Amino acid sequence: MSFNNLDTLYRQVIMDHYKNPRNRGTIEGDDHMSIDMNNPTCGDRIQLQLQVEDGLVKDAKFDGEGCSISMSSASMMTQAVKGMRIEDALSMSKLFSDMMQGKEIDEQEFDLGDIEALQGVSKFPARIKCATLAWKAMEKGVDEQGQS
Amino acid sequence: MDIKAVRQSFPILDQEVNGHPLVYLDSSATSQKPASVIEKLDEYYRGYNSNVHRGVHTLGTKATDEYEGAREKVRRFINANSTQEVIFTRGTTTAINTVASSYGRAELGEGDEIVITPMEHHSNIIPWQQVAKASGATLKYIPLQADGTIDLKDVEETVTDNTKIVAVMHVSNVLGTINPVKEIAEIAHRHQAVMLVDGAQSAPHLKVDVQDLDCDFYAFSGHKMCGPTGIGVLYGKRALLNDMEPFEFGGEMIDFVNLYDATWKELPWKFEGGTPIIGGAIGLGAAIDFINEIGLEEIEAHEHMLVDYAMNRMREIDGLTIYGPDERAGLVTFNLDDVHPHDVATVLDAEGIAVRAGHHCAQPLMRWLDVSATARASFYLYNTKEDIDRLVEGLQKTKEYFGDVF
Repeated sequence: MSFNNLDTLYRQVIMDHYKNPRNRGTIEGDDHMSIDMNNPTCGDRIQLQLQVEDGLVKDAKFDGEGCSISMSSASMMTQAVKGMRIEDALSMSKLFSDMMQGKEIDEQEFDLGDIEALQGVSKFPARIKCATLAWKAMEKGVDEQGQS
Repeated sequence: MDIKAVRQSFPILDQEVNGHPLVYLDSSATSQKPASVIEKLDEYYRGYNSNVHRGVHTLGTKATDEYEGAREKVRRFINANSTQEVIFTRGTTTAINTVASSYGRAELGEGDEIVITPMEHHSNIIPWQQVAKASGATLKYIPLQADGTIDLKDVEETVTDNTKIVAVMHVSNVLGTINPVKEIAEIAHRHQAVMLVDGAQSAPHLKVDVQDLDCDFYAFSGHKMCGPTGIGVLYGKRALLNDMEPFEFGGEMIDFVNLYDATWKELPWKFEGGTPIIGGAIGLGAAIDFINEIGLEEIEAHEHMLVDYAMNRMREIDGLTIYGPDERAGLVTFNLDDVHPHDVATVLDAEGIAVRAGHHCAQPLMRWLDVSATARASFYLYNTKEDIDRLVEGLQKTKEYFGDVF
C-alpha cells in the first residue's frame, strides 16, 4: 500500500470535519438525552446528546476524544441526522453500517453528502469501529428512549 | 548474538506487508514464534498428542513426560525451588486471578489493604478491585514520580501493617520502567504482606530469579516470550500455595471424590483443573530452550542497544513526545503532535510497520499521563537498528502526510 491508498482513507472532507467539527459541544437545558459510548479496545470516547421532539431529531451535539475517523464520523453523523425522523436516522445508520462492511448500498435512499467520504474506511478493517462509534451511540440513545 | 541467524529463526518476519518488508514493533503485545516452537507444537500434535497423567498407553506417557519436562524447564528458567511451585495457567491474567481469588478473597477482610501502582496493566488492577469489593479491604496506590518511576520512600509510606498484599508489575508495558520489585518485596515482608510480581513484561526480556527477588508470587505469559498463546505460569512459594484452595474444580485436580466431598491432588496439580494446556506447555518449553540457547543476557543487551538508539533517533523528530524514564526496558511509548495514535499507526502500517496504538490496557496510567491514547514501538531479540530507522522514516512521513492534510 502506498500513500495514495492512504488518501482513500484520509479524504480531504474527513480531515476538514476532524479539524473543524460540526455540532461539537453540549445542548443547553435538560430536554435531551445523553449517551456515553467508548471503544474499549482503543480508548475512543464519545458523549452524544440528542434532542428528540415528536419523532424528530431537533438537535444533536457531541463531545469526546478519538482519532480523525471517529471524530469526523461523529461530526458528519450529527450533521446528517439533525432534522431527520428517528426511523430515517436509524435506516441511515443501517446503511452506514452496510457501507462500512463493504456491502452494496442503495445510494438513492439517502443523500449521504459528506458521509460518502468515509466509504474508504471499509478498506481498513482495523478502523471500521472508529467510524461506527458515533452511529452506535445514536442507535443506543434512540433505543433507550423507545424503551422508556 | 548473530542477528541474521536470529531473524532467520522467525519465519513470519520474512514477508512483505502492504508492499514493504515487515517491521514488527509490537512484541510487548505478543512476540513472534521461532520455527523451533512451531515445529515442537507440530511434533506434539502429529506424533504423541494424548491426555496427561491418566491411562497407561505409550503416547500418554510421552505426552506426560514432555508436559512435566516443560515444567522443569520453567522451574530452572525462573529458578524456583521446586516444580511444585510452577503452575501452568492460561496466561498472566489467569495467574493473577488465581492469587486474587484463592489467596486474596480467602485471607482479606475489612481493615486490610491491597497496595498496587497506577502504572499497572488492567490485569493487575481489576482482580484487586474485585477482591476489595468482595472482602471490604481497601485498595491503595503507590504514587508515581513525574518520570513514571517508583520512589521506595513512597512504598514505605503506602505499605502499612494493615497491608496484606502488594502487587506490582516488574516492567511497565507503557513506560518501560523497570520497577525495584526486590526492594518492594522486602518492604512488603517487613509488614507481613505477600508480594506478587506481574512478570508479563520481564520474563521475556530480563533474567528473573524468583528466589533472589524473594517475591511470593510471580506471574507471566508464554506468548510474549516466543511461546504459544494460551499458556502462562503462576509461580508461588510452596507454603502459600499449599494453604490456598484451588481456583478451578473438576477433573485432573482431585485426589478422592465422594458424593458430597472431595480432596485435592498435591501441588502443582491441585491448581490445574481440567485437561491441562498440554500443547501450550510443551511449546513454552521449546521457547525457553530457544531463549536459553541465545542467552537472556545477550537478548537484554541487544534490546538495551536498540532502545537507546530508538530514543536518540526519535528525539530528533520535532513534536514527538516520549513517555517514561530514560533508563528503561525495550519499548518506546509516544505521541506525535496532534496526530491521533490510531492515525499514526495506520500510516505506519501502510509502510509495513506494526506498532500498537491505544490505551495499552492501562487506562488509569493514560489518565495519569493525561492522554487518551498513545502509540508504542516495542522491541525484541529479532529487531534491528534498520527497523528503527524505518520507524523514524515512517514517523517523518506521518508528520508530512498530516501536515499536508491539515
